[in-house]
This record gives sequence, structure tokens and C-alpha cells, in this order.
Amino acid sequence: MSFISEALWVLLLGSLLGLELIGKVPPTLHTPLMSGANAISGITILAALTLIIKAGDNGVLLMMGAIALGFALFNVIGGFLVTDRMLAMFSRKPIAKGGKRS
Amino acid sequence: MIDPQLLKFVIDLIAVLLLALGIKGLSKVRSAREANRLAALAIGLAVIGVLVNSIASTGISLTSWIWIILGTLVGGSLGAITAQRVPMTAMPETVALFNGCGGMSSLLVAIGVALFPVETSSSQLGGEFVALISILVSVFVGAITFSGSIVAMAKLQGWLATPSWVQSKLRHSINIFFVVLCLVASLEMLRGGEAGLLLLVTGASLLGIGVTLPIGGADMPVVISLLNSYSGVAAAAAGFVVGSQLLIVAGAMVGAAGLILTQVMCKGMNRSLISVLFGGALGAGSSLDTGNKEYSNITSCSVEECALTMEAAERIVVVPGYGLAVAQAQHTLREVTRVLEGAGIDVAYAIHPVAGRMPGHMNVLLAEADVPYEQLKEMDVINPDFPATDVVLVLGANDVVNPQAKNDSSSPLYGMPVLDVQEARTVFVVKRGMSAGYSGIKNDLFELANTSMLFGDAKKVLGDLLVELKELGLGRKG
Repeated sequence: MSFISEALWVLLLGSLLGLELIGKVPPTLHTPLMSGANAISGITILAALTLIIKAGDNGVLLMMGAIALGFALFNVIGGFLVTDRMLAMFSRKPIAKGGKRS
Repeated sequence: MIDPQLLKFVIDLIAVLLLALGIKGLSKVRSAREANRLAALAIGLAVIGVLVNSIASTGISLTSWIWIILGTLVGGSLGAITAQRVPMTAMPETVALFNGCGGMSSLLVAIGVALFPVETSSSQLGGEFVALISILVSVFVGAITFSGSIVAMAKLQGWLATPSWVQSKLRHSINIFFVVLCLVASLEMLRGGEAGLLLLVTGASLLGIGVTLPIGGADMPVVISLLNSYSGVAAAAAGFVVGSQLLIVAGAMVGAAGLILTQVMCKGMNRSLISVLFGGALGAGSSLDTGNKEYSNITSCSVEECALTMEAAERIVVVPGYGLAVAQAQHTLREVTRVLEGAGIDVAYAIHPVAGRMPGHMNVLLAEADVPYEQLKEMDVINPDFPATDVVLVLGANDVVNPQAKNDSSSPLYGMPVLDVQEARTVFVVKRGMSAGYSGIKNDLFELANTSMLFGDAKKVLGDLLVELKELGLGRKG
């Protein structure tokens, strides 16, 4: 029973933490925040990795794990990069002030 | 030699800490970019943790490595290419696509474990029942996230129209049927039946489609945010399936944070989550009702007149909306405002909380066009300034400038926060035609005496405006 009770505690505390982490968000950041949080949810790569590692020589399972890994990585890598691309535009403002393009 | 289990434990703790700091930091402009990197670093660390622990405890076979590398290369490179190539205007559908893939991953893992029970911590310690329940939840939420996100993406891309029958009340009965289907399938799985899994995947996928399909374009961002929250729940459920506490924590955090973000977005649009999901006054449902939308007293004007009025203005406020994003006109807009600023005219941008295609999207688009961040004014800041404004240029925005929301208590828009552009001396509205906005509601602004319509594609109108302004000699002075 120890894993499951521990896991439930972890679930509860994690949820409470998540509720508290975001209080006020300026509207500017809604889109990047959504996309960033979305990238984090791709942490299922861990589950996919575990599946592949534990699959042994079960070909079907290995393939499913690899596809799951691919999907999750698509989410993680794409999500973080696209968030960075968006946020980079906000931090570019000192250059923009000088008007680098006409 | 350090105990690998201990090492993994420490890595996991650091990863959770970084993830929490990352989510926290992402809600502040100054720290957002670093926060995003912190979160990425945390995921990287977590992966290393799993690999190190596995190598030290059971080892990773060569075949496993091959599949890991294969999956990584394909998924990672596709993700990187997509992130680099996708235009900023297509951000909502991109987030939906990524999100759907995350859900798919959880779904696949759960199906894999269900078909071929592998030895995981949860099956060792939690027993059959717990393992099965976690698989159930993971399959259910994963499938909804996947199908829902893909439908959302297709709708935003315009690949999928909303058929009129899904707007009817019948859709609630259909969705309830899918829910019942999922329940039956779950019971079947708990009994150990073979068909249960397939039935559950089908039922949950159909439910995802059935719930997302009727939702109108304006509400789609809220749905994506909600689906994002679901993908967190799916990840947490997958954590139960494979017995990873890190996965549970991270999934729970994203799930809860996503819920809060969804709520914040709903508030900005004056919508409740319930009415978004089950159809309320706004949204696609009411757009079917086309009566009572004829306009009278519309004044249209030429670009030349607009340029002349602008030349004489001291203060101009631009109200950008969805139409601007669709027309990809943000760069042309920036050129126009540069010319105006060069002539000493004060230019500001009024950003409604839900301008663009999702909250905050317009800020991203304007930032891409090098608009200085300080010129973007939030609604509450700029609303008192409208009476002192000479010219307001409304570009492809509609419902967010509808005075009905303030004046007409019978209007479905009533109560929604809007920009008080009608207070300005002159209002120019650039619009393709007289079609209604998202909500399908008539805009009283267009009939006001101080409003003039400039019909045409936003990019073309702005291009013409730029030429006219330069002919007036505005460009040279700057």
C-alpha cells in the first residue's frame, strides 16, 4: 500500500502547488504560459522511456513505447522552442525602441 | 560509488523544484524566458534521472537504446522544425497540436501497459486494482486530450467547419451516450474483459470530438487551455501507471495550473467555463440566428479621407483584432505607425484581454512586428483616455469595441468588458464587409455618427494608407 498512498499524497500536494503557482498573470503572458505549461505536460517522455526500458524483447511494446516517446518529445521540444520564440519577441524591446528596421 | 536510486531521488527533487519555479516565473514578463528554460532544463534532468537509474539497476538493452534513439530523433526533430517554421499567427493551433501529442503519448503508454503488463512499481506495491484504475484514467483522459486537441486544431485551421447538427440540443444526448459507453467499457476492463480497452479508447476519443466540435471559434482558446490542463492530468495518470512520482507531481502541477489559467481566460471574456463547454448565449450557437442584424446609417469613407484626418490628429489609438492577424497586416501596421510617430503624433495600441486569436496572442504578434512594448496599453489603462483621443483605428476587431456590452442589457454581450472607442472624436473601422463578429451580434458602433467604415482587407487598406500618408509628406519629416 505504500506506493499508492505516497503517490496520492504527491498528487494532492502537486495539485495544491499548481493552484497556488499562478495567481495573477498579465494577459500578455497567457499565450506563452499556456504553451510553456503544455511543454511541461510532455513530461510523459519519462513514462514512454520507462516503457521502452522495461519492454525487454517485446517488439510490439518497444514500438509503442518509441512512438509514445516520439509524440511526447514532439510536445516537449516543440513546446519549449515555440514558447522561447514568443518570449524572445518580448525581450527584444530595447532594440525595437531604436527602430532597427525601417 | 553513489547509490543510483539516491542519485535519481535527488535529481527528481531538483527537477520538481525547477518545474515549480518555471511555472511561477512564466507568469511574470521579466522572468518568463528564463523560467521557460528552467522548465526545459528540469525535463532534461528528469530524463537523465530515469536513464541513470535504469542503467544502474537493470541495465538498458541494446534494442531498447535503438528504439529510444529512434523515437527521440523523429519526435524531437519534427518538434524543432514545427516550432521554427510555424507562423506566429498560427500559435493557437500549434499549441493544440503539441497538446494533442502529449495526450497521445500518455494514451499509448497506458495501452501498452494494459496489453502487456510489465513490472512497474505500481503493480508491485499497489496491487492489480490500482494498476488497472490508473490505466483506465490514463486511457480515458489521454484519448480525450488527443481527439479534442486535434479537433480544436482542425477547427482553428479552418479544415473543419462546424456542421449545424452538432449545434442542436441532441449533442448533449450523444455526449452522454459516449460517457455511458466509457463507463461500460471501464467496468468491462475491471472485470478483465478483452474488449473493454478498445471500447474505452473509442468512447473517450468520440467524447473528445463530441465535446470540442460544437464550440465556437471565439471560445476555442479556453478549450485549448482546458485540454492543456487535461494533458497534465493524463501525465499524472501515466505516472501512476509506470510508478513515477515525478511524473505525478509534474502532471498534477500542470493540471492545476492549467485550470487556473483557463479560469483567468474565461474571466477576461466574461464567460463561465460551463457556458463555454455546454453552449451559452455567445459562441457559435447564437450566430445561427441571423435576424435583426441589418445596419442603417453606415458611413464609409476613402483611405484618403482617413489619411487627412490622421494627419491633423495629435493622438491616435489603434485597436487591433483577429482580422489583423488573419490579414497578416501587423508589419504594415507598424510601418504606418512609424510614419505617424515620425510626424510627432502620439500613437498607442489598445489591447483587449482577448484580442487576437487567444489571450495574449495580439501582444505576441505586435512584438513580432517590433512594436515597442510600452505602446501596448491594456484595456483598463487606456479606456479613460479615449475622450482625449482624436482618431481611433479599429483593425479587424469587432465584439471588443461593441458599445452594446455597456448600454444594452438585453444584448448577449452585456457585461463583457469592452474598449470605449466611441468616446474618441473619430473612429475608423477597417473591415472586410458588414459581416458580424464571432458572436454574430450587430455592432452599434458602426452606426454612430463619428464612425467611418473603411472596407477592404486590413493589409491592403493599411498599405494604401501608408502611400497616402507619405504623399501628404508625413514620412519625410520623421
